[in-house]
Amino acid sequence: MKAVNYAVLALFGAVLILAGLSLPDRGDPTAPLNRDKSAAGTPNAPSYYIRNPERDAATPNMVTVILADYRGFDTMGEETVILTAGLNCFLILRRERTKEKRR
Amino acid sequence: MTKFLLGHYGYWFVFLLMTLGFYGMVVKKNLVKKLIGMNIFQVAIIMFYLSSAGKWKATIPIVDPAIGTAGTARYIDPLQHCLMLTAIVVGVATSGVAYALLITIYKRFGTLHEDELIERMKNDLDME
Amino acid sequence: MMRRDDDAIISLVSRTVSPFIMIFALYVIFHGHYSPGGGFQGGTMLAAALILVRLAAGSDLAQLQFPRSWGTPLGSAGVLIYWGTGFVSMLCGGNFLNYAFLPVSGPPPHHRNLGILFIEVGVGLAVMGILTAIYDDLLEGRPHD
Repeated sequence: MKAVNYAVLALFGAVLILAGLSLPDRGDPTAPLNRDKSAAGTPNAPSYYIRNPERDAATPNMVTVILADYRGFDTMGEETVILTAGLNCFLILRRERTKEKRR
Repeated sequence: MTKFLLGHYGYWFVFLLMTLGFYGMVVKKNLVKKLIGMNIFQVAIIMFYLSSAGKWKATIPIVDPAIGTAGTARYIDPLQHCLMLTAIVVGVATSGVAYALLITIYKRFGTLHEDELIERMKNDLDME
Repeated sequence: MMRRDDDAIISLVSRTVSPFIMIFALYVIFHGHYSPGGGFQGGTMLAAALILVRLAAGSDLAQLQFPRSWGTPLGSAGVLIYWGTGFVSMLCGGNFLNYAFLPVSGPPPHHRNLGILFIEVGVGLAVMGILTAIYDDLLEGRPHD
């Protein structure tokens, strides 16, 4: 059983190294992610996000504009996840508390 | 070769961290240690994402009037920062839920060791 | 109960530093449009200021600063501010979360600027309330022995 675990671990490391060999250099401005056009010829999302926030929302901080405006639905979902996690914590541990009180 | 090493050394550290987290999740038997491994894995993924956002000779993603917004090569990618910003806080909240579950398990069974836990759960089933 | 030695330095420093962390967190939230920052970061710093006092002075004494029962309602209020901003812009004729339709004066970019501010305040409140509530819940659920 232990051997299987270590074999899975070694396989995971090997896959990571294999994938890392063909990654582009870190910080390379000509990497596919940082180009103006994607491989299919359409405009890349990051260049849109860099060029337009100040015109669209009068806000210089691009991260804020993406977080709250362009991807507002995404952030809404994340916030709901946080609320759900807090409520879960409350409900799990509150049930324990009432059970102790009854004893 | 030097260019490859300089461009890729950050990846190897991130992958080392990822493998460390995976080791904690797969090999360790204590549930809290498994959870710590999962958090290490999560942080490694966040660092990997952020390392893909960097560009040499670029500045933070806030519009600088001296540079303007015509050339995108002078700002690092804002998208990854935005995604990981939410991921960090959600990760903290979800690990809070995980610890709450572990506290409940410990109160019920008195142990967090995986094998002992399965043993005691079987005993409970037999008694019922 | 856990035994805790009352150390004057720890108690004094944490009590003194906590309001300053809160002020800086509010600066991070409200200046997030023009500098690195925003709701998530500022909310986490607010929660850190509250948890610092809880760690140093004990959870019972810290109830004077931020009662245990406020965490979840504040988090819900933050989420409601977020959803409310979306519904207000929907009631005024636009799509959900389209801040250009918010009922304020000025050109649309300034509407969006204001909408982003509301969103950030909501996110900050939610993150602060929920993180503090999680800490309190975990502390209450610890095994008594």
